[in-house]
Amino acid sequence: MQFDYFEHDADVGVVGRGATLERAFVSGAQAVFSLITRLDDVQPRERVDVEFEEADAEFAFVTWINLLLARAQENGLVLGKFELERDGDRWRGRAWGEPWRADMERGIDVKGATLTMLSVARADGGWEARCIVDV
Amino acid sequence: MDMTRVSAIDPWTWTVPLAPGESRHEVKLYGSRELLETMDDKVLEQIINVARLPGLVGAAMTMPDAHWGYGFPIGGVAAFDPDLGGIISAGGVGFDISCGIRCLRTDLTLHDIAPRMKLLGDGLFRDIPAGVGEGGHIRLDVPEIDRVLSGGARWAVEQGYGEPSDLEYVEENGRASGAVPASVSVLAKKRQLGEMGTLGSGNHYLEVQWVERIVDQDAARAFGLFEGQILISIHCGSRGLGHQIGTEYLVSLAKAAGRLGIILPDRELACAPINSDEGQAYIGAMHAATNCALANRQILAHLTRRVFAHHFPGRHLETLFDVSHNTCKAEWHEVEGRRRLLYVHRKGATRAFGPGHAALPERYRAVGQPVIIGGSMGTGSYILAGTAESEKRAFSSASHGAGRAMSRHQALRHWQGRTLLKDLETRGVIVRTRSMRGAAEEAPGAYKDVERVAEATERAGLARRVAVLRPKVCVKG
Repeated sequence: MQFDYFEHDADVGVVGRGATLERAFVSGAQAVFSLITRLDDVQPRERVDVEFEEADAEFAFVTWINLLLARAQENGLVLGKFELERDGDRWRGRAWGEPWRADMERGIDVKGATLTMLSVARADGGWEARCIVDV
Repeated sequence: MDMTRVSAIDPWTWTVPLAPGESRHEVKLYGSRELLETMDDKVLEQIINVARLPGLVGAAMTMPDAHWGYGFPIGGVAAFDPDLGGIISAGGVGFDISCGIRCLRTDLTLHDIAPRMKLLGDGLFRDIPAGVGEGGHIRLDVPEIDRVLSGGARWAVEQGYGEPSDLEYVEENGRASGAVPASVSVLAKKRQLGEMGTLGSGNHYLEVQWVERIVDQDAARAFGLFEGQILISIHCGSRGLGHQIGTEYLVSLAKAAGRLGIILPDRELACAPINSDEGQAYIGAMHAATNCALANRQILAHLTRRVFAHHFPGRHLETLFDVSHNTCKAEWHEVEGRRRLLYVHRKGATRAFGPGHAALPERYRAVGQPVIIGGSMGTGSYILAGTAESEKRAFSSASHGAGRAMSRHQALRHWQGRTLLKDLETRGVIVRTRSMRGAAEEAPGAYKDVERVAEATERAGLARRVAVLRPKVCVKG
């Protein structure tokens, strides 16, 4: 599995892995949104775009996750599919999802990604991004 | 917690001796040995980091319910003097700015509600939007959100949610002064457009409780409490707007700290001097989020009253108190014989003003501020009263909850949501939730023993016990 979790007392640690930095960030988003619902149940009916500038890879990971959470709530969507591209310090991402349906599994709300235990580093020939998310 | 690293000042107060060459303020950990032993070592690490921040006055402290947070530990209290370069920290307030508890007292008894408990649970679950993905019934636009951010619970009362008499029993009479809606991003406001009057998820809840036992008769009389009485506690905060302010300022203050020459032992302590543009911007946004939380709890109190009015016509639900526990407030405190204006961070800690404090409503002034320690959905909660001693010991602060004893991941391994809810029902507690995962994570066994936390809070002189509450109906977010 490209995403995983680690222990924290009150909140949850998320880990995203991938061959590239962008793939690791996408896996991190999957880890976060899997806490909210089962990703396989989410139909890609609507798209949201996120765009930001950030030179620091660790801050970029936190910004990516937090923008996705904000866009999802702003548009009343649950997201299940993610893409991300990087051009220097400029990051452009897309996510797909749909409004909540009554038959969807309800997990837990994620308030935001924190800087705690935040790291973005090379691992096993690829990249690994991790942080604690506040739930 | 590694107890070899701490030493006892008394059986309920602990400190961490300075290592040779170490420079920082004092650290004080309140609680019994037993409670401290169960805390993660990260609590110690985090509060020591707080003790290194500039402009700290007195000690960096943890309450008896402390657990590992981000930046500050949850249950962390620290006061900073702006004139000494003191800082404001987003990590010292938390993402859910002004998360807190609105407690309503009724003139109903356990006997009155017993025949209708399930119907009451169903009614509350239907009318109180709770859990992930549950939007509210109120839809605002951005200009109206600005009015929420300026007006707080007063805005809600003006819109017909609740009664003007509620405001006397809400901190700062329902409206935090110093809110600057312009310091809140448009994205944060947009996140809140459909979120007013929603409970949220995680550890948020609406609970119908009964007073099992009165411990302090005088304070109970002042608070309007009697044995067998039904109370309602509503635990929630500033929802998406507060979370967005938290996330945005955490990153911007972390970057600003370096620019302003503040060395952060942990990036999550993201902070800026109170007397800086960056610090003032966060303070304005934080107060705006506080008003959002106060308005949200005011609306939820109104929705709760409507459900009760349907089942129990003619009965009264009055606000006992509304207290926030993720805040930083500017307060006057006496330090070494001098009154000083300090910015007191309470992250997962409750303000607990003692008897005679001018900020208290007249009805409570002789006995001190109501302090609510919310327990888990299966155990119980406590109402306490602030003490004069707490002013000296912890800038008038006390515990806010039972505090987690087990991670969410561990809890999922121990409990299964449906089984847990059935078990609670056989024990007379009706839980309504849309998330079985959330229920398992919030299992009563995943929390510290609230009795021990309340006892330690009293023994440490932070607040004194007034009443023991037991849950009957819980709407879980």
